[in-house]
Amino acid sequence: MPEKILIPLHGNDVAPRFDLATEVLITARDKNIANGEEKIVVLSRASAEKLCHLIVTEEVDVLICSGIEEEYYQYLTWKKVQVIDSVLGPWESVLKRFYEGMLQPGDILFDKKD
Amino acid sequence: MDTSQQLQINPLFNFPIDLRSLIDEIPLGIIVLDMDRRIMLLNRAFESLTGFSQDEAAGVPCYHILRSKMCIKGCPALNMQHESKPVCMESDLINRDRNLIPVRVNLALLKDPYRKAVGFLETVEDMRPIMELDAQKSHAYRFAHLIGRSPQMEKIFQILPVFAQSDSSVLITGETGTGKDLAAEAIHQASNRAKGPFVKVNCGALPETLLESELFGHRKGAFTGAVENKPGRFRLAHNGTLYLTEIGDLPLSLQVKLLTFLDDQMVYPLGGTKGFQANVRIIAATHRNLEQMVQTARFREDLFFRLNVVRIHLPPLRERQGDTRLLLDYFLNSLSSRFRKKIKGFSNKALEILRSYPYPGNVRELRNISEYAVNVCQEEKIQPHHLPAYLVEMKPMIKEQVSPLIQSGPNEYMLPGTEQTWGAMERKLILDALVKTGGRRSKTAELLGWGRSTLWRKMKQYGINQ
Repeated sequence: MPEKILIPLHGNDVAPRFDLATEVLITARDKNIANGEEKIVVLSRASAEKLCHLIVTEEVDVLICSGIEEEYYQYLTWKKVQVIDSVLGPWESVLKRFYEGMLQPGDILFDKKD
Repeated sequence: MDTSQQLQINPLFNFPIDLRSLIDEIPLGIIVLDMDRRIMLLNRAFESLTGFSQDEAAGVPCYHILRSKMCIKGCPALNMQHESKPVCMESDLINRDRNLIPVRVNLALLKDPYRKAVGFLETVEDMRPIMELDAQKSHAYRFAHLIGRSPQMEKIFQILPVFAQSDSSVLITGETGTGKDLAAEAIHQASNRAKGPFVKVNCGALPETLLESELFGHRKGAFTGAVENKPGRFRLAHNGTLYLTEIGDLPLSLQVKLLTFLDDQMVYPLGGTKGFQANVRIIAATHRNLEQMVQTARFREDLFFRLNVVRIHLPPLRERQGDTRLLLDYFLNSLSSRFRKKIKGFSNKALEILRSYPYPGNVRELRNISEYAVNVCQEEKIQPHHLPAYLVEMKPMIKEQVSPLIQSGPNEYMLPGTEQTWGAMERKLILDALVKTGGRRSKTAELLGWGRSTLWRKMKQYGINQ
């Protein structure tokens, strides 16, 4: 069964705040290989509750996000969703790192400007 | 940015000083950004507030580190021109510990010697301590769980800590629902006995024989069913406080025993020969008028004087100007958050009804009304139809009948248009009926429309002897 991944977006980056994201990327992978199914869902308004509802109804397995409140983190964990939080960076790099099995909570994947 | 490089301030002293260590000493989150809003420098306070270190944050766009609502909804730095003034905004951030923290952010342009903007200086203040202070301020009108800002309650709040520090017996009087239990507990908690037990006994809740063994304990075999020793509440309250509620309902025989205890601090359990020296402070409470009970010989005068060392009278809610609104708001807020409702307040009409209601059940009744309304209300404001029906329907009757009640105690209500209390009226009624019937009780009871036992009870209550 493919594993569903959801990433709240802010432009090309992982959204800084879960509760303030207005668009999300939903993708899936089969045995660590992306199956090419990627869709971006635009939300009518930013709401942590609505996003949680979407995650549960879409049967998302993994949430990759940046700032998330403890209350929602605990709720989603309780709903058996794996939450990888405080991940900073462009979503493509983040997803690549995730498929490599290397993504950890707190990873910062920005190209730092010197 | 190479963070290992030491940043120095030169012209301030004769020798250069380290910029990092200087800003680290400032107890306010500070970040320095370049013109692309990437973090160049941050201090220790910011690090502890957000959870991101200098090495992690350096070169990252600030909105990914600060994670403030302000950054996402409209970053003020985007609109800042060379001549722009500093901007101060209240917002919130989510830190690495997943805490939502209210913050005040101040953003200012950094300029080079030629007045050209080269970056931004951002200060981030944690507003939690200030908000806690505000919350404490809103609780300024309280002592323990007693709440009020009327002059009557302010007097009580001032005197309660003083009474708590003494070890004298306390008598708390007041109508039902005025907070006698809360006052007793507050006194115990503010006293030197706070670490000791606080034992509560309702003198009206148990029959006389049981109450005696409950209070003073018994020895094994003292009576049928006494299969083991029982310590009694006095002993359990050793080094603490014994709170005797409804002391007015304490049977006369036990009043004597309590009197003995107050004299010599010794507790003699039922069936025991040895006494126990109990170090117990007594707090008694009643809604009855003990003076009147003393007059009618239903309460021992000597016990009354011993208990009446320190007296606190809790005023009924109808006499506490301004407290109704305060309590309504307090209960609305606390109950809304408890029941997870988003009720903002009362509508004007609901408030009018609630303010004109006399609350014979006092704060307890007001709390119950608030709880009912919060449960029923599905809107943003509590409307009259969210209030209990009796409040809306019986309003005119209550207004007429109850508003002139100005004294405490169920038998002390002043009757409209008279100078008499209900008790005095009833006593006069019985006496008149007795005169009419020539002192025959059965005829008197018939005349008054009561049963014989009711008449007998009331005659006893008002001290009418044949």
